[in-house]
Amino acid sequence: MREEKDLALVLHELSKLYENGFQALSGINLKVESGDFFALLGPNGAGKSTTIGIICSLIRKTGGVVKIFGHDTDINFSSAKKLIGIVPQEFNFNQFEKPIDILVTQAGYYGISRSVALERAQKYLTLLGLWDKRAVSSRALSGGMKRRLMIARALIHNPKLLILDEPTAGVDIELRRSMWEFLQDINEAGTTIILTTHYLEEAENLCRNVAIINHGRIVQNTSVKSLVRQLQVQTFSVDLKDKLLQVPLVGDYQIRKVDDHVIEVDVLRNQTINPLITGLSDQSIEVVSMSHKTNRLEELFLKIIETNESK
Amino acid sequence: MNRYEIWIAFMTIVIREVRRFLRIWPQTIIPPVVTMALFFLIFGNVIGSRIGFMQGLPYSQFVAPGLIMLSVITNSYGNVVSSFYGSKFQRNIEELMVSPTPNIIILSGYIVGGMARGLLVGLIVSLVSLFFTEFSVFSPVIAFAIILLTSMMFSVAGFLNAIYADSFDDISVIPNFVLTPLVYLGGVFYSTSLLSEFWANVSLINPILYMVNTFRFGFSGVTDIDIFWAFTMVTLFTLVLFLISLKLLRDSPRLRT
Ligand SMILES: Nc1ncnc2c1ncn2[C@@H]1O[C@H](COP(=O)(O)OP(=O)(O)O)[C@@H](O)[C@H]1O
Ligand SMILES: [Mg+2]
Repeated sequence: MREEKDLALVLHELSKLYENGFQALSGINLKVESGDFFALLGPNGAGKSTTIGIICSLIRKTGGVVKIFGHDTDINFSSAKKLIGIVPQEFNFNQFEKPIDILVTQAGYYGISRSVALERAQKYLTLLGLWDKRAVSSRALSGGMKRRLMIARALIHNPKLLILDEPTAGVDIELRRSMWEFLQDINEAGTTIILTTHYLEEAENLCRNVAIINHGRIVQNTSVKSLVRQLQVQTFSVDLKDKLLQVPLVGDYQIRKVDDHVIEVDVLRNQTINPLITGLSDQSIEVVSMSHKTNRLEELFLKIIETNESK
Repeated sequence: MNRYEIWIAFMTIVIREVRRFLRIWPQTIIPPVVTMALFFLIFGNVIGSRIGFMQGLPYSQFVAPGLIMLSVITNSYGNVVSSFYGSKFQRNIEELMVSPTPNIIILSGYIVGGMARGLLVGLIVSLVSLFFTEFSVFSPVIAFAIILLTSMMFSVAGFLNAIYADSFDDISVIPNFVLTPLVYLGGVFYSTSLLSEFWANVSLINPILYMVNTFRFGFSGVTDIDIFWAFTMVTLFTLVLFLISLKLLRDSPRLRT
């Protein structure tokens, strides 16, 4: 068991009942290790923004504990807040101000002097391709630029934990890639990153660990690798004419017996199914029909959520 | 945050507030100055010369302190209510709410910003009034102390209004329907000794009456009311409003759902 201060984030039984009586979160438990690149994945309305809002104290929780690198946000809010940088889902800066002023002002709220703030602002605006735009009214920035401005703002106090709420929603593919690269660099330099997304692809490309949230509950918490492993396997359900005596061995396919007339076969993405059919024929096993169980990422995503709902 | 960091955070808010109202000076500085110049022209010179003396002062000298006070009150209040409501509306208040800046510093920063505008406009209006009247200063300390306190009190009041406001209409209701009548009925234009006993007594529940009279006392040394009581009351009001604002800043579902 790791020390708590090695954990960038601990959520313990986090719950949120909105004033209108809607239970948005019901007992979220989550641990994110220091240095991790973590995805909080879930469909719209799952409770991602509510969770993020509570972590950075924009939303009041109705139960549970939040700890940032060991600092309880209820007890040690000042230390906890200094460690977090937040990029919210919606634009929340003064559109009439210039990017450079937005950054320097934000630094001031963290007690960072103007001279240090100016240096950092230059660094992050340059890295994010906004230096040329530093003195225009931020209203005039494109959507992608506004998003990057919020990333620069979130980094201005050098937080150890960067949280991004759907950072690439509505950002075009090319920009998305460059934003991903930027985030990977930041993560490699030591910043723990948590991002929420409803694109599996984003989690797959960027993140090491993932929690899937739905209806205010964590329904799966695993490494992205193992999630992707589940995803890269297509499962076929094969109906057989005759009663099966024993599970046949064909190539290196994973075959399971479901009942006397049905087997399930896992086929990796890079495998074809021709050898499966010929292999079965060679053993005089006749196939009546074959159906595809799951393959696409989104489908599996839905499956995970559905199985949890039926529990 | 250590003290130095807190100081930086505080000054960041104050400077941002001052820059905001200076940037939009045609909306923040010019209108009150024009209005006050008109008031001086009409009540001080045109009509004032027919009224003669009030409380033993030439009428133009009598109204000057009240008009200065009026501009300080409306500008302190107006600055905080529109700035804080504006940052709620654009959601950039979240920039402060996620930061480690303590609530008391956030509140104080907005208040000092409001006071800066109130006092700046008050100063300009005072200078303008010198074109229309002359006045001696009886006690600069009392005059300055009461204007400072008043400006502080209405800055906090503006903050409270902004927390409760859900629309731009909500930030003009109080100034138009509460503040302005209270100021006009608070002895800016007349001495309560002119009123019947009943209305004079009713006037006594208007806190602005005390501020205006104390401020005028600072210039002329003449007053309808007890100066000490005036200071006590303004201080208490300010303190209570400050504590309520602090509590709302921490707990209000209007800021954190
Ligand atoms: N202020 C609010 N009052 C009531 N319900 C809310 C409020 N904000 C969000 N919700 C509800 O809580 C649920 C979770 O919302 P949210 O956390 O924004 O989801 P996500 O970010 O995963 O899309 C949604 O059903 C949403 O309608
Ligand atoms: Mg969301």
